[in-house]
Amino acid sequence: MSDVTNTKAAKTNNIGLEKNDYKGLPSTLCKGCGHDSVSARIINVAYDMGLPPHRTIKISGIGCSSKSPAYFLGRSHSFNALHGRMPSVATGAMAAHRDLLTIGISGDGDTASIGLGQFKHLLRRNVPMLYIVENNGVYGLTKGQFSATADEGQTLKYAGVNELPPIDICLEAIVGNCGFVARSFAGDPRQVETLLKAAISYKGTAVIDIISPCVTFNNHLSSTKSYPFGKDHEIQLQELSYIPHYEEITIDEYDDGTRKKVQLHDGSWITLKKLEKGHDPTDFGQAVNILQEAQSKKELITGLIYINNNYKDLHSVLGTVDQPISSLQEKDLRPSRESLEDIMAGMR
Amino acid sequence: MSETSHASEPQTAANGARQINDFCINVATANGTGSQTSNIALLRAMFRMGIPVAGKNLFPSNIQGLPTWYNIRLSKAGHIAHRDVAEILVAMNPKTVAEDLTKVPSGGVIFYDTALPVKEDREDVVYYAMPVKDMVKSMSVAPNLREYIANMVYVGVVAELLGIEMEMLRSALDTHFSGKKKAVDLNMQMIEMAAEHTRNNLPKRDPYWIERIEGGNKDLLLVEGNAAGALGSVYGGVNVVAWYPITPATSLADGLNEYLPQLRRTSEGKSTYAVIQAEDELAAIGMCVGAGWAGARSMTSTSGPGISLMAEFAGLAYQAEIPTVVWDIQRVGPSTGLPTRTSQGDLGFTYQLGHGDSRHIILLPANPAECFEFGYKALDLAEQFQTPVFVLSDLDLGMNLWMSKPFVYPETPMNRGKVLTAEQLEALNGNWGRYADVDGDGIPYRTLPGTNHPAAGYFTRGTGHNDKAAYSERPEDWEGNLQRLRRKFNTARKHVPKPELTQQDGGSFGLISFGTNHNAIIEAMEMLKADGHVCDYLRIRALPATAEVGEFIEKYDRVYVIENNFDGQMHGILLQDNPSHATRLASLSRQNGMPLSAIWLHEQIKAAHERFTKALA
Ligand SMILES: Cc1ncc(C[n+]2csc(CCOP(=O)(O)OP(=O)(O)O)c2C)c(N)n1
Ligand code: SF4
Ligand SMILES: [Mg+2]
Repeated sequence: MSDVTNTKAAKTNNIGLEKNDYKGLPSTLCKGCGHDSVSARIINVAYDMGLPPHRTIKISGIGCSSKSPAYFLGRSHSFNALHGRMPSVATGAMAAHRDLLTIGISGDGDTASIGLGQFKHLLRRNVPMLYIVENNGVYGLTKGQFSATADEGQTLKYAGVNELPPIDICLEAIVGNCGFVARSFAGDPRQVETLLKAAISYKGTAVIDIISPCVTFNNHLSSTKSYPFGKDHEIQLQELSYIPHYEEITIDEYDDGTRKKVQLHDGSWITLKKLEKGHDPTDFGQAVNILQEAQSKKELITGLIYINNNYKDLHSVLGTVDQPISSLQEKDLRPSRESLEDIMAGMR
Repeated sequence: MSETSHASEPQTAANGARQINDFCINVATANGTGSQTSNIALLRAMFRMGIPVAGKNLFPSNIQGLPTWYNIRLSKAGHIAHRDVAEILVAMNPKTVAEDLTKVPSGGVIFYDTALPVKEDREDVVYYAMPVKDMVKSMSVAPNLREYIANMVYVGVVAELLGIEMEMLRSALDTHFSGKKKAVDLNMQMIEMAAEHTRNNLPKRDPYWIERIEGGNKDLLLVEGNAAGALGSVYGGVNVVAWYPITPATSLADGLNEYLPQLRRTSEGKSTYAVIQAEDELAAIGMCVGAGWAGARSMTSTSGPGISLMAEFAGLAYQAEIPTVVWDIQRVGPSTGLPTRTSQGDLGFTYQLGHGDSRHIILLPANPAECFEFGYKALDLAEQFQTPVFVLSDLDLGMNLWMSKPFVYPETPMNRGKVLTAEQLEALNGNWGRYADVDGDGIPYRTLPGTNHPAAGYFTRGTGHNDKAAYSERPEDWEGNLQRLRRKFNTARKHVPKPELTQQDGGSFGLISFGTNHNAIIEAMEMLKADGHVCDYLRIRALPATAEVGEFIEKYDRVYVIENNFDGQMHGILLQDNPSHATRLASLSRQNGMPLSAIWLHEQIKAAHERFTKALA
């Protein structure tokens, strides 16, 4: 930096932090990897929204994608856990500390293969967190095997032809009772950021399946998870914007058939203008259909696919105290001496 | 004891001797018939009469139909170990009766349901025929309750002939049904009817008597190890529990689900804990690790198959230094077969659970009071050492009702370990290293998510970190970390529960064991002493072994390591710890799904030691 900029006060966000405060270590991923662009989006969004770094945690599984939490939000606690097991670790952390804002980072192998069971059960419990899948249709870190989201019939240099149909992460999420399901494309930064903001404002598991190309092993036109394919074929379902809760919403006549606004738990809004597919993300049936149709036509549809504010989340089911239970100390955790005497009296 | 006070009473047996409060009763029924209520009522009634008792449920892996045996031992000397021989048989199961009858020793007694094909053809035993069906018929109960109430018939007959007090049976049922009068009355009606039938039709012809011992069992509890472990954890402040059902560990989670709502809700009815039934054991420990990382006192309970699934997380938690507690209620494994039989077979596997080098702290309870104690101590040790702590109980301890000393309320405040607050970080100018050994004890400092300081956050991963938790593949960082972890483990040696020593005058050789083998060992030591073999005994209560263990081994030319597994797993661990004493250590292990018995131990130790002394001579 030059002396001139140094003397100028750096730009800060609403909690007085600079963009730099949200950055991480330099990435060690391949140059151009989609995952790095997702990290950059997270940094922007965290800065824009003024996320408190100390209350934000990052949890990941194993894979190139799962390594990426090292490259953003360096001031936040982070846990690079086990392959496919990020959901259970996140569930435990959230059960312990309900005030944390949890960002889960996973890959398509991590979520749709080894971790499919934990993924579905996390959704079932509706653990409040942002769940990002950086989906490249391939195992990056183990060098180019097909993942369970790879397109049927596509070819990879190392793995040959994939004969099996893909698992659609968004479809799994919707039928798994997830109340916030979106798909985006790492090459569409504006949409990724809008969806990230809305997902962070949502209370419950918010899944964003981000097509995040692996430039080293799966970046050719024959894959729907590649940059060339996405650039040419991305079909946005809506024009999205995010209006934070502290800003006034100016347009009243939203729900007019072509436009829609949905309020999120923290009072923010996501507004959407329908595009040619005319998709209504509050309609479960439409959401399932549009995904199935896209899969059979090998289309890359992006946007907010399903939203439902009515699912009960983990903490309301557990009925825990309002403060984080990890902050409770001995006086709240150890019952009295007398209570033990009473219980023992019943054992005599 | 009350033996002498009855010396003047008439003697009934052919050989003249009354056998008071010192025999075994074996009740043979079919699984799922509700006999457990009857058996526990008998046990509890005897317990409340002041008699030392032990009950063991030998049950199949089955919901209905397969044979079940309930073994009650009365011992005026207070021996509560498993005994292979039962003088008294209550035969209620047509499928096993033929074999059950052959096991009754000479001089024994057989109570049998007249519906069973029993020919009274042995001269050396006493038979009592119980017309169960007729008696049930004469009581007007709903047909769906008949099979269940039928089990109360033998309670009434046995109580009448052996001398169990009706009032104690009523109070036992009252406890069992949590004071539900209707249920108590219905059962008592059947019991009393059967007792009356007995008075009128079955004169006493056997020598066995149960007599109240005034002041006996004072202060003692009758409780299952799993309930005790659950309660100890509750008083240890457990606040995140994740578990997956598995026999014989389920009742520990049941205990938590019973006691937590009772003891740990705020006045507004909100919970200071979270209990999650996970989708499998892998997720269960994942949740515990996530919770422990975020500052909770977390625990799970499982058995061998679950431990197998937990291996990867156990290794991760060890290397990343995250506290959590895992209870393993050991059973015979793997897979199906003998999942409802007891074992100590997970010791070696659990001690090193995880890939790469890991060594875990293991607590080894031998009785319910110790399950309670280790319930809270495990949580303290986990946070103190920032590591997973395993508590290895077993099916025998976990699922059976045991006489137990009262639980001791935790004497020390909770140990939350080395956790840096925002203020402390400020005082350090944010200069700290997550994995740095500041105090020389191998235990680093940690911060919890939510700590409001710019330097609080760190990156957690399994291997590949340096002192500051930064990514590193440098050989010296990795090696240094392993060395520190071993230093930490050796610090734990000084802080885990110390072993319990039982010493006799002139003890000339040693026994080492752990867990539920204890009762059989104490009894076997008396039998050995009668043969002139006097020995001392050290019960290990935790791994890593403390200094006392090595010192004990050093004292004797021969030390037998007794355990309920086939391989002699503790023997292997002690060999590793004490290579220079290897020749002193001899393994004495057995695994057949049953608890070790004093008779077997007596025989084995005697034979082994006689061989040893002969070889020396
Ligand atoms: C239990 C286990 N099995 C296998 C591996 C090896 N492994 C590491 S990453 C990976 C696949 C990662 O694929 P994905 O989640 O799609 O992430 P990407 O690298 O493509 O971002 C595998 C199989 C492992 N780390 N752990
Ligand atoms: S291998 Fe693929 S996924 Fe991994 S860093 Fe390189 S481009 Fe990204
Ligand atoms: Mg991938």
